[in-house]
Amino acid sequence: MSYAGRILHVDLSTGKTETEPLKEEMAKKFIGGIGLGMRLFLDNSKAGTDPFSPSNPIIFVTGPLSGTMAASAGNSYAVVSKSPQTGGIAESKSHGFFGAELKRAGYDAVIIRGKSEKLVYLWIDDDSIQLIDAQHLKGKPPHEIETAIREELGDFYIRVSAIGEAGENLVRIASIINDEFRAIGRTGMGAVMGSKNLKAVAVRGTHDVNVADLEGFVEFVKMIHERMKGPATRKYRTLGTPENVLVLNAIKALPTRNFTEASFEGAEKVSGEYLNERYIKKIVGCATCGMRCDHIGMVPEGPYKGTTARVEFECLWALGPNCGVDRLDAVIEAIYQCDYYGMDGISTGVIVGFAMDCYEQGILTKKDTDGLDLRFGNAEAMVEMVKKIGSRKGWLGDVLAEGSMRAAEKIGKGAAKYANHIKGLELPGYDLRTLQTAALGFAVSFRGACHLRSGAYSPDVKGKVNRFKIEKGRGKIVMKGEDTYNIIDSLILCKFSRGVYYEELEDMVKYYTLATGIEMTPEELSQAGERINNLAKVLNIREGKGTREYDQVPPKIKNVPVPDEGFAKGAHVTQKEFDVGLDDYYEVRGWTKDGIPTVEKLKELGLQDLVPIVKKKLAKTQTPKRKGNGGK
Amino acid sequence: MATIHERKFVSGDPAKCVGCCVCEYICSMEHEKTFNPTKSRIRAVRLNPFVNIAIACRLCEDAPCVAACPRDALEQSEETGLIIVDEEKCNGCGWCIEACDYGAIQLHPETKVVFVCDMCDGEPKCVEWCPEEALDFTTKDVLAQKARIAIVKKLFQEALKATL
Repeated sequence: MSYAGRILHVDLSTGKTETEPLKEEMAKKFIGGIGLGMRLFLDNSKAGTDPFSPSNPIIFVTGPLSGTMAASAGNSYAVVSKSPQTGGIAESKSHGFFGAELKRAGYDAVIIRGKSEKLVYLWIDDDSIQLIDAQHLKGKPPHEIETAIREELGDFYIRVSAIGEAGENLVRIASIINDEFRAIGRTGMGAVMGSKNLKAVAVRGTHDVNVADLEGFVEFVKMIHERMKGPATRKYRTLGTPENVLVLNAIKALPTRNFTEASFEGAEKVSGEYLNERYIKKIVGCATCGMRCDHIGMVPEGPYKGTTARVEFECLWALGPNCGVDRLDAVIEAIYQCDYYGMDGISTGVIVGFAMDCYEQGILTKKDTDGLDLRFGNAEAMVEMVKKIGSRKGWLGDVLAEGSMRAAEKIGKGAAKYANHIKGLELPGYDLRTLQTAALGFAVSFRGACHLRSGAYSPDVKGKVNRFKIEKGRGKIVMKGEDTYNIIDSLILCKFSRGVYYEELEDMVKYYTLATGIEMTPEELSQAGERINNLAKVLNIREGKGTREYDQVPPKIKNVPVPDEGFAKGAHVTQKEFDVGLDDYYEVRGWTKDGIPTVEKLKELGLQDLVPIVKKKLAKTQTPKRKGNGGK
Repeated sequence: MATIHERKFVSGDPAKCVGCCVCEYICSMEHEKTFNPTKSRIRAVRLNPFVNIAIACRLCEDAPCVAACPRDALEQSEETGLIIVDEEKCNGCGWCIEACDYGAIQLHPETKVVFVCDMCDGEPKCVEWCPEEALDFTTKDVLAQKARIAIVKKLFQEALKATL
């Protein structure tokens, strides 16, 4: 079966390592990926631990399909910890080559605790585990770490997951980068690694990965390969996700200048079409994938000539339209800098956009920016600001490195009105004023603002609902999306491939059983999705971040109506409608009005052991209003 | 007896290869009934995102690996040009590995003897599975023809348009 059956524990403080078996019941209940990762996090952490404390574990976890030739899932891993951005549960996934290697080394999960005295990297060479001095790698970018480690250990096929300077500097939006340009991007996992003085995890795995039904499995993969040549993956194989630019722009859902306008006059020049014609040099793929989607761009001329980066919609939007920037050369340079320092490109762009907004409002001045003219649209200033955040240079760089929620507090002067985050995690590139199912979906997402926790923007963009309002019924849409995405992220299927599972749960359950030999019904898998969401919610509650006041949208979404002329003019989210949506969502989830899972719900999902965590909260029917990010 | 002109081998096209390693996975599945790139007879190399290729045995004339073996454990089939390893004779000394310019013959992680592409009895699975059609099971002569046709098409784009 395709689970490795082993969990590795590493204590960076003592250098001790041990392994424990993965129990089949645990595997079946939590699948792998974020589900298994969050369960292991719960079992291996204490409430109220500071994200940067040595006792905050960081967990690298593979999925049941990692290491097999499952197209788009054979190459994946996830990282789970407590987020230095939200203070709640954090998870992020990445594909490429690293995840498969970790599984082949023989581990379903690696739980890393403690803090090394000096900068080290963890070298997992099948059964041999070592901490190796990494002081000579300090300050180096992730892709150089990979080359350096391969050279010093003498094997080209070693795979590396590493942090850059941002992670070392405890920049709260720091990412972990593997295979040059794939990222554990969101929720600040790079900073947690940095807090442990852990520069990288390097892996060589030579063990076999076997599946339960080899013939059936290979046949299934063949079918997925064929489907991947079809319409379900067209977008990712052709223009790539930057196709979204003109699509969202046309329906006034492309947030522009820090969520001021909902469309961008420079959209053509940062469109997927423009990008592919002038900048994309090659489209490459991750291990085992028959689809390939990594659009590698190169700047052909100008001040950033020669810069190469993988370009996707989200980072392009965040550093482009969201900063009022219509120059793709600067956007590609900024994406490269995000990968160089090891930072979440979405959060970075949204934070720079926030700073630009503050500058335009007079809240920040040239004195604060060290002379940088931080107007919207100033492409060079945007790039410089990215570097300052990554290196924590200057007063503003240091402040913005704390993320928009904490930066707004430090800046003061009403800056919080311009900070676009949910629970402390910055918004991705969908205008929530004109995509209001997404507003609800993003607000309730357990890791903070995220389009990939439920895909709630999809019914809005596809015209399946009235996207300018929130009404009863949206709760169910969001919940269904969440539960499915929890399964996808626990099997760690690539979300770009989600369309090839024509039968959705039935296909996924078949994939799972062919690989693991563990029988499961689509209903059981669906319940696992719901279980994982409840687990995440309880973890947030345990950390004091799980109640209603945290499931909110940022002030600009409520208070700044869309100014663009035309059909979207005046659109914004009203608190009244939002509350209807939130009530509806909590109701379909079987949670209280305060967003707390009931004892019955937890029992129904086989999470009895979590009851004590929620019981205290449930005792208080009315929780006092605490300081949330968007309560007013 | 097939001459070098007639011998078909697995050729990778770097212009099409995206580095996905599907060839490695299907090769280990076909030959070893498991998923393990270290047991694949074809190996993918990505130097950077722009430079990807997969490499397997090229069926050289007077194969240097055969000539290098001090124990006569390697033999080249006169019929197909395939390199045949006598696992009883091979002791994993690695002279053949050094002799091969392409890194196409490798030491097996478990059996500790060398292993090399056997063209799957004339129907290479990697070629069948390559999602980018970057692998060809072909002869050197056909490759040369293809290269000529491609370059002529490129050089005479205008003339071609005129004839359509």
